[in-house]
Amino acid sequence: MSDFTMPSLGADMESGTLLEWLKRPGQPVHRGEALAVVDTDKAAIEIESFQDGVLDTVLVEPGTRVAVGTPLATLRAAGEPATRTPVAAVPAPAGHPHRPHPPGPPLRHHAAELGVRLEDVTGTGPGGEVTRHDVEAAAARATEREAVPSDGYRPRVSPYARRLAGELGVDLAGVTGTGPGGAVRAEDVRAIAPEPATTTPATTPSRAPSSDRAVVAARMSRSKREIPHYYVGTTVDLHALTTWLTRTNRERSVADRIVPAAALLRATALAARRMPQLNGFWTDDAFVPGDGVHLGVAVSVRKGALVAPALHGADDLALPDLMHALRDLVQRARAGRLTRTELTEPTLTVTDLGDQGVEEVIGVIQPPQVALVGIGRVVERPWAVDGLLGVRPVVRVTLSGDHRATDGYTGARFLATVDELLQRPEEL
Amino acid sequence: MTMTETEARDLVVREIRRIVPDAEFEDLAPDADLRRTFELDSLDFLGFVEMLAKDAAIRIDEEDYPELATMTSCQRLLSSRTATPPTS
Repeated sequence: MSDFTMPSLGADMESGTLLEWLKRPGQPVHRGEALAVVDTDKAAIEIESFQDGVLDTVLVEPGTRVAVGTPLATLRAAGEPATRTPVAAVPAPAGHPHRPHPPGPPLRHHAAELGVRLEDVTGTGPGGEVTRHDVEAAAARATEREAVPSDGYRPRVSPYARRLAGELGVDLAGVTGTGPGGAVRAEDVRAIAPEPATTTPATTPSRAPSSDRAVVAARMSRSKREIPHYYVGTTVDLHALTTWLTRTNRERSVADRIVPAAALLRATALAARRMPQLNGFWTDDAFVPGDGVHLGVAVSVRKGALVAPALHGADDLALPDLMHALRDLVQRARAGRLTRTELTEPTLTVTDLGDQGVEEVIGVIQPPQVALVGIGRVVERPWAVDGLLGVRPVVRVTLSGDHRATDGYTGARFLATVDELLQRPEEL
Repeated sequence: MTMTETEARDLVVREIRRIVPDAEFEDLAPDADLRRTFELDSLDFLGFVEMLAKDAAIRIDEEDYPELATMTSCQRLLSSRTATPPTS
């Protein structure tokens, strides 16, 4: 028997809220398989199991916030006998009274209201009993099945609605979306939010409105306190790239078209492979190179909130594959469905603020990484080529480096490499 | 069938709400920049073009992107692309 604990999903994470169990007691679990969904203040993350086995007992109910390291469930090896009596190590929080099996009248009533057949619901509570959350999750899944358009493009909860739900203590699983395709909008959340004066149900602990900022504040303060940054920047002529993209995109279906941002990521990944001293972590006063180039891509998910999940093995993805992986990653980040690996593994982060209209971004390194690449907006500028003045699309690319790990010389060579790669787009 | 102004507007609203579910169109000026108003990045915009082309059953090339800048220009593009060619 072993514990499945609340993981640390970032250097500054102290606690997390268990949102959902993806397995029920008695079900087999494979190593690397998602077991639960945890909210880290920045995003909802699927947590994978580190071992093969069987989910034995669930110790923490959905909606509960616990410290990093707290056992969430126990796993037993296949063949090991099941625990007979549920280990009630963690008392059910207020608002989640221990419900007997079979479900009591209030739960049956709630299920009927939501149109959920209790016989069809899989219990995730202690001893496999059906909890209120199970019922609501089943209802949400039913809505979701109807709502997901066949094209798979499905950001179903607007970022604002998600944040509002956190602030008002509303469980999104219980919200019926009235937006297109069943998307949950802010007004849907407000519609079922409790009256301010009444006692707030404790089913979902409300997110402190400022916690997103607190996480960023802690991390960025640490970065500026510990990392002696150096900065280099260059302007890259994108004439070759944009000409090539215009020509090749004409032959691609819209779904397969490549945006310049993807090509810039690809060039960054290839440059990072050539210069591994910028791709990795500063740990215990030494540099540890990354086990591959996993580019952290900064994505805005809620108003003002950013996550930088990893584009796994970006240096091994041909440009069209990288483009697909990028679209998938951004969609999942906004839908709140990232995996633990994606959030913890970036070896080098890229922040592209070109869509926000700025020409240059000089970023702050995400510890324990040792560099950050900033990409600005592609703009048309007068540009001298072979002694003649022309108008060219150009982009400002910067690198913030950790001076403990590398020198400005390495940063300069890195940017020169990015530039060279972008002059031969057909080889990207 | 040529798309009417209302049909074109409804389609644009629908596609943008796929990306920004709580997008408000009531106060949207006809010549307001859609990407800036709804904070669409280049990937969002590609998704918008993809769904617009699919649902209107028309071809939209990158050269056409400037014509998708505002509600008015989107309506113009949609109605001209969906116009029935004159039978000879």
